[in-house]
Amino acid sequence: MSITVNKRNVDYVKDETVKDLLKRLKFTFPLVIVKINKDHVPRSKYSEVKIPENADIQVIHMISGG
Amino acid sequence: MTIIPIDRKNESQKIASILSKKTVGIAGAGGLGSNVAVSLARSGINHLVIVDFDCVEESNLNRQYFFLGQIGKEKVKALQDNIKQINPHTSCSIINKKLTKGSMWKPFTHVDVVVEALDSAETKTQFIEEIMHHLPNTPIVAASGVAGIGNSDRIVTKQIGNLHMVYDEHALSSDDDVLLAPKVCLMANWQANIVLELLVGDII
Repeated sequence: MSITVNKRNVDYVKDETVKDLLKRLKFTFPLVIVKINKDHVPRSKYSEVKIPENADIQVIHMISGG
Repeated sequence: MTIIPIDRKNESQKIASILSKKTVGIAGAGGLGSNVAVSLARSGINHLVIVDFDCVEESNLNRQYFFLGQIGKEKVKALQDNIKQINPHTSCSIINKKLTKGSMWKPFTHVDVVVEALDSAETKTQFIEEIMHHLPNTPIVAASGVAGIGNSDRIVTKQIGNLHMVYDEHALSSDDDVLLAPKVCLMANWQANIVLELLVGDII
C-alpha cells in the first residue's frame, strides 16, 4: 500500500495524520498548503485529518517574497 | 499599421466588455501587487480593491511600479495615481491598512477574484487560509517563490480547488536571495494572466 506525495511514492501508514506525515517526510518548512486528492486541508486540521489509502497528496511551500 | 482581422476585433471587444464589469481584489501593493494592478488596468479591468499599509521607499524601485518622485507616499495612493495615468477607466478603492489575522478576508467580500500579493510566508499562508475559509467561492491567485534570478522554467501553476498558485518550489526565501524586477514581474504578470483566464477564459 502506498500514497503519493508531490508525485513521489511513499509508504502508507495506517491512521497517520497530516501532521505525522509532514514530520515523517521532514518538511521542515512550517508554512505549507496541503491538498489530499482534490481537497485542501486547513492548517487547524493537520493533527486530526488522517491520510487515506492511495491518497494523492500535494504539499506546496509558502516561500517569502513579494 | 497592423490590420486587425474582424473576428479578432470582436474578440477584443468581447474581452473588454467582460472586464469592464469585473472587480479584482489585491492584497499587497509591493512587487507582486503593484505589477498585477498595472497589468490588469492595462487590460481594462473595471475596478480594483487594493490594500497595503506601506509607503514607497527607494529600495522598492528595483521591482515595484512606482517612481522616484513617489518616495514617501502611501503605496496604495501612489499606485492609484499611476493607474489613473495608464487607464482612467479603471477605478480603485484603496485601503491604507495592515491586514490583520482573522479579518484579512474582509476587504474582499465583493470581488470577483482575489490576488495574494503579500511578502512573508506566514502572512501569505494565513491570508490564503482565510480566503478559502470565509470566501470559498472566490478564486484566489497566489504566488510563492519570487526571489532569485533565472530559472524561469521552474515556475508552474498549481491548483487546489479555488486556489491557483504561481509556484517556484526551489526558490529561496527573500531573506536568503534577491528580489529583482525580472522574476517578480514575471510571476506578477503570470498571476494577472490567470486572473484574466478566470474572468474571461471560458466565455470566449
